[in-house]
Amino acid sequence: MPEPTVRQMPVLAADYFHSYAVVGLLAVVGVLFVAVAFGAGRLLRPVVPTPEKLLTYECGVDPVGEGWAHTQVRYYVYAFLYVIFAVDSIFLFPWATVFAAPGYGATTLVEMFIFLGFLAVGLLYAWKKGVLEWT
Amino acid sequence: MNDALDVAVRLVVVFVVFLVLPLVVGQTEHKVMAHMQGRLGPMYAGGFHGWAQLVADGVKFAQKEDVVPAAADRRIFQLAPAVALLPYLLVLVAVPIGPSEGAVGQVVDAGIFFVLAVMGVGVLGSLMAGWASANKFSLLGGLRTAAQLLAYELPMLLAAASVAMAAGTVSLPGILNAFHWWWLPWQIVGALVFFVAGLAELQRPPFDMPVADSEIIFGAYTEYTGLRFALFLLAEYAGIVVLCGLTTVLFLGGWHGPWGADGLGWVWTLLKTAVLAFVVIWLRVSYPRLREDQLQKLAWTTLIPLALAQIALTGIVKVAIS
Repeated sequence: MPEPTVRQMPVLAADYFHSYAVVGLLAVVGVLFVAVAFGAGRLLRPVVPTPEKLLTYECGVDPVGEGWAHTQVRYYVYAFLYVIFAVDSIFLFPWATVFAAPGYGATTLVEMFIFLGFLAVGLLYAWKKGVLEWT
Repeated sequence: MNDALDVAVRLVVVFVVFLVLPLVVGQTEHKVMAHMQGRLGPMYAGGFHGWAQLVADGVKFAQKEDVVPAAADRRIFQLAPAVALLPYLLVLVAVPIGPSEGAVGQVVDAGIFFVLAVMGVGVLGSLMAGWASANKFSLLGGLRTAAQLLAYELPMLLAAASVAMAAGTVSLPGILNAFHWWWLPWQIVGALVFFVAGLAELQRPPFDMPVADSEIIFGAYTEYTGLRFALFLLAEYAGIVVLCGLTTVLFLGGWHGPWGADGLGWVWTLLKTAVLAFVVIWLRVSYPRLREDQLQKLAWTTLIPLALAQIALTGIVKVAIS
């Protein structure tokens, strides 16, 4: 006995834009808040710069060499993995809203396991390759 | 006109909540941490158990000189705190606290999608700060932040997808309307993954490697003073409020409770959020910091497989009952 899934009324375009317009307005409020806070801060605080103050603090000792030092980005493989997996996962959301609808059931479930299988095999491969170890 | 007034009231309420709740969490952290460590914590400001300590802190921050190091990338450096803070304000508008129409800032129909996307933006603030400071320790902190985001965004997404599957919708009020009590045991693994991944994204202890004070001073925030530093702190606590609220809404049934869901639903939401916030503080006091490689390992070899297993379980149960 398929249970009727929760169906939402078709959303009108006007409603759609209304909700994001409110979000946009809130963003404006937020920007204003930050602007007012920084503006008021400028009026309240002292401004007495000295060369010592403007020196990069680092750990308290005068900095040696450039701040933008060369660093080894060890996790670039993670970055690749992340991009691959995250783009895959995004597709879960539209699918998640319909997969149990009447008439889909078993088919979509099998599809889901194929999808999860791909992700799992990818992860296992990366693991086996040793890229999940930081050092 | 009425509509405009309605929207204005909602915006004001969301904004006030955004300013007040993080301070409440911060003050609670002062007191709870102190008592867990056998101290009293702030006792003087405001008279009664130092309730006004954070107000006093705010006044102090506003009066401090704002130093931008001469070597820093000035504009980016100055903008970073705003980028870190504002996303949490935008997320709050979509979090429903009660079942009625008036108990949510604004229903956004792609709710989960919207909140996860916007929350991800907040981390950019730390990255900007880390890069623009022109400071080796800040750069290291920024890079660690980036690595942490890469690792923990994915389990968070997957855990949230599991709830969307269970409810058959991505709208936050829609998820709560579909909630039944047995979702709790059904989604418990997803809930744990979501909460832990969220903590890691906020860089809260024990996931505070990016700001590890004993090795990289204060990570990306080392060069900040005064108001901008205060905004970074506010962002951290606003993040706690948002994470606990979202966990409540997605996994703990939000306004649903043993009784009084109709009139007093919002009390349940706030109560659950407060308990989670307490857990966040408790974890800070209890656990030592994870090392960077342990951090990555936890995400990729524990949380992601768990989240995938949760999705499989959700799919099977959902198809079986429908």
